[in-house]
Amino acid sequence: MNKRPSSLKLLANQIGYQNRRFRRNVMAAFFTLAFPLMFLLLFGALFEGVDIAPGVEVAAAQFYAPGLAVFAAVSATYTNIGISTAISRDEGILKRTRGTPLPPWIYVGGVVGSGIVLAAFGAALMLTVGVLAYGIEFDWANLVPAVLTFVLGVASFSLLGLALASVASSGQSAPALAQATLLPVAFASNIFISVRNNPPAWLELLGDVFPLKAFADAFFACFDPFREGSVYEPWLLARIAAWGVLGALVFWRKFTWEPAVGGPTRSRRRR
Amino acid sequence: MPAVVVENLVKDYGTLRAVDGLSFTVEQGEVVALLGPNGAGKSTAVEILEGHRTRTSGQVTVMGADPATGGAAFRDRIGIVLQECGIERELTITEALNHYGACYTRTRPLDEVLELTGLTDLADRRTHQLSGGQKRRIDLALGLIGDPDLLFLDEPTTGFDPSARRQAWDMVRGLRTLGTTILLTSHYMDEVEALADRVLVINQGKLVAQGTPDELRAGIADTTLVRFDQPANGGTVQELFGDLTGTATAANNRIEIRTTNPTGDLHRLTDWALKHDQELGHLEVTRPTLEDVYLDLIGGDENE
Repeated sequence: MNKRPSSLKLLANQIGYQNRRFRRNVMAAFFTLAFPLMFLLLFGALFEGVDIAPGVEVAAAQFYAPGLAVFAAVSATYTNIGISTAISRDEGILKRTRGTPLPPWIYVGGVVGSGIVLAAFGAALMLTVGVLAYGIEFDWANLVPAVLTFVLGVASFSLLGLALASVASSGQSAPALAQATLLPVAFASNIFISVRNNPPAWLELLGDVFPLKAFADAFFACFDPFREGSVYEPWLLARIAAWGVLGALVFWRKFTWEPAVGGPTRSRRRR
Repeated sequence: MPAVVVENLVKDYGTLRAVDGLSFTVEQGEVVALLGPNGAGKSTAVEILEGHRTRTSGQVTVMGADPATGGAAFRDRIGIVLQECGIERELTITEALNHYGACYTRTRPLDEVLELTGLTDLADRRTHQLSGGQKRRIDLALGLIGDPDLLFLDEPTTGFDPSARRQAWDMVRGLRTLGTTILLTSHYMDEVEALADRVLVINQGKLVAQGTPDELRAGIADTTLVRFDQPANGGTVQELFGDLTGTATAANNRIEIRTTNPTGDLHRLTDWALKHDQELGHLEVTRPTLEDVYLDLIGGDENE
């Protein structure tokens, strides 16, 4: 009698499978990696240095590279997981998977695990380009807080991606829903532009309600050259975690494995 | 132990009763077909057996387990070939088979699955480069990779051209000789006749007949069908019907008489036609086919 494959092996297979599908999907790779990288290079060409005080100049990339690393990570989790899961459901791939002995939580674990691997790769790419091309500085003493903040952030945004797939009616509406929710919030969240100095009240509110600014600010704290003392931001981390819990609840209540009745089957992949 | 036991299965969608007190069994090694028109409840019933849907009431045992609670151990022993399940377009056929195969305790060797489904030469192609018929063969291959004891085939040849259809039939026959129990759904009479040991005819959620194709035909075996074109002087032919021992129905300018006394009825018909100088165009005298039996079984409801 053969033994059932172990959960760990199944999970590793699933992560590898999702990674492979991502690598072979040009559009997903573009929006997740090339898009933030394009912004990084564009900002790098536009802004050079910031005079903090007379005679003290810091590379502008010190401020926006961590933010764009967060943006790449959120694209790899929230956007990518939300869209690819909704498309997989439309195509009946989720239903097919549900008919195999693979435990459902391992499939979901593979989706989230793959999203986190991609997020780490995307963020590392932004920061490496930031260091090599623009000379941003990082105090290695902050490595542990930076990693922990990052893991909490991508875990929460993965759950929000699953929530997005749960509420999107089809694989065709998921990209619109993802961009319509992410981009406006990104403008209020210190990603593309800094809203640190006296932003309009509504913009500040938009940033404070949603978790992206909390993630960007908590991660930036680990790169802030003027910060003294602990770089942990407990209040921001709690806000990120709360959104993760909300995402998990929506996923738990609303997620289905079956294509919508009368919905498109075998639809072409578009992003 | 039978492969499938269903007792009094009921499934409601809101106020609609899709499956209405269905009971049947499938023995190990048997090929059984669920036959019925669209919306008869056959797909719903099969999806309950596969564990894709919950039931409203009734008992269901598949390979000794309850599909609703059987979990991984239950799914390890079945293979499912559904109509609307897509395949990862980013993967090659071999990659897809290895990916899904890794989920099972026991797998059928990759080469064997490729050969059974005629995909050996396409094994390294990405799935999105393949035709619809080739994709259906991947569906079948994915249903077989876990070396199932019981295979569900949902309308396996819908949309196939005639030669692809024959190939698919040969595949199913090949599996049957290997001892796999198969439960298939279909609305094609010839397919059921070609493949199934036993047929369950379902209409409006109920089992209306079951048996081997021959047994079903035997239900109206002593009936002969007499068919001819509606004569030009159509009104007067109706006067004749009262004299016939069989029952006459008219549809699409054809008249059909079902009779157990073909000699007498034919005599009365031709006598009438000669007297009135009418022709019985395209006159046929035939035994009922399985298709006639089927239409008879489900047709009553359409006329209500």
